[in-house]
Amino acid sequence: MTATTGELAVRTRGLRKRYGQLDAVAGVDLSIRSGEVFGLLGPNGAGKSTTVEILQGHRARDAGEVEVLGEDPATATRSWRGKVGIVWQDESAPGELTVRETVRHFSRYYPNPRQPDEVIELVGLAEKAGSRIKALSGGQRRRLDVALGVIGGPELLLLDEPTTGFDPGARRQFWSLIRQLAAEGTTILLTTHYLEEAEALADRLAVIAGGRIAAEGTPAHLRESYSGEATVEWTEPDGSPRSERTTTPTRTVAGLMRRYDGEIPGLRISRPTLEDVYLRLTGQESAR
Amino acid sequence: MTTTDLPARRATSERLPGAWSLGLHQGALELRQFFRQREQVVFTFAFPIVILFLFASIFSDDVEGAGITASQLYVPAMIAAGIMSTSFQSLGLSIAIERDEKVLRRLRGTPMPPSAYFLGKIWLVLVTGALETVALLVVGTVFYDIELPADAADWLTFGWVFLLGLTGCALLGIAISSVPKSARSASSVVVLPFLVLQFISGVYIAIDTLPGWMLNIGALFPLKWMCQGLRGVFLPESAKILESAGSWEYGRTALVLGAWCIGGLLLCLGTFRWKSRGEG
Repeated sequence: MTATTGELAVRTRGLRKRYGQLDAVAGVDLSIRSGEVFGLLGPNGAGKSTTVEILQGHRARDAGEVEVLGEDPATATRSWRGKVGIVWQDESAPGELTVRETVRHFSRYYPNPRQPDEVIELVGLAEKAGSRIKALSGGQRRRLDVALGVIGGPELLLLDEPTTGFDPGARRQFWSLIRQLAAEGTTILLTTHYLEEAEALADRLAVIAGGRIAAEGTPAHLRESYSGEATVEWTEPDGSPRSERTTTPTRTVAGLMRRYDGEIPGLRISRPTLEDVYLRLTGQESAR
Repeated sequence: MTTTDLPARRATSERLPGAWSLGLHQGALELRQFFRQREQVVFTFAFPIVILFLFASIFSDDVEGAGITASQLYVPAMIAAGIMSTSFQSLGLSIAIERDEKVLRRLRGTPMPPSAYFLGKIWLVLVTGALETVALLVVGTVFYDIELPADAADWLTFGWVFLLGLTGCALLGIAISSVPKSARSASSVVVLPFLVLQFISGVYIAIDTLPGWMLNIGALFPLKWMCQGLRGVFLPESAKILESAGSWEYGRTALVLGAWCIGGLLLCLGTFRWKSRGEG
């Protein structure tokens, strides 16, 4: 191990997992620094959940190295579990208990839990604290899941598609919760297939497709490195639209200026958005 | 005492909470959940009482030479079946459902020691099993001429048959919960063997009318011995002649039930799964 290991909350090298004939995870290298919010972005079936489940210690890997908070999750100890908070994609909590009973009970499992009422407040369930879980809406249950994920005061929080099924308002509320946890120093790994979510929350993100990391970096870095080509669009004198993809749009426009006297009709120069980059990296470009 | 009283988070203490006290909390929570599901409560407690009422009313003749009525035979039998239903059946079903609904997986993601979970289940089963037994004893003494034993030795026997039987059946229930692939198939996987055992262990049909090979199979499992031990506690000595050995065989009963407790524990430790099959 190198000296940098200490600063990494998560480190994987050559991570692999196979289901039958399918390489769900085909050699993933991840380095997540302590204190950062890391987004793992990819379409359904790209290998996000499998990767996260291996990091949680809930799925065995076929090959590769994994270190989460300095330990191999496959042989995790109780004290390790106390430092890692998990929010799964699909969850259920016993429906007959109230929100407060459940959160309070889960706090007992941890050596240094947060205050249950404070956590209920944090996820915006204060008004529902006395309600039975079976009476909660889907979004409220999800918030309870988050509450149970953070009740132990984790150093690392692993969230697998936490906002799937949220309405836009609830999603914004959830984002501010994540920012607050990050500000408190919690390292956060979240998977999502919502690009705007990754862009809004993540300090760095990795795009995963077909079980491999297709690109990695800050959102701005990704946009710059993968959006070199601009599209120049204009209208020909006969009225037909033309477009050209180029890495040198200025030269294209200069050429057009020589052909047209004055204004170039219908001129438009566009750079790909992060979404275009994402769709190209994940091989979904034609979907647009 | 709760850990929530800690003044600040990230306190200096890194001590993980102990399994025993967590198990007590877990048990309290299990009981709260159980009693909040009113339908389940009514069904769980009413079922053995209804069955006792049916059988003890249909078959009420004197048993020749034994000095008892057939109704009296059904009381200890249904107490044994009640103990098994609150332990084996209810745990087999509820744990299969908790596994299917990922409640177990979530618990596995916390630093909860697994023993706290099992302790919680044991408290649940102890309380519900005791309540079930009391209810059946009330029905038995009021309607079917069962007399509560007068001497302490019988109560002691009752105590260990109850505890060993309940524990063995609870462990078997935990073990069988890992067999069904989903919550939907759990009821057939759990209920059928329980039903068969009740027939071949002398719960519904008196043991002296069962074919020998059936009795022999039944004798491999705890239920037969629980029935026999409880007959020894609640029936007069004259009823001994109905037993295949002509005696209550307390020693052998303790041996078989004790063996099931140890074997059941090993089985649970070796086979328990926190996730559904096929979930990796």
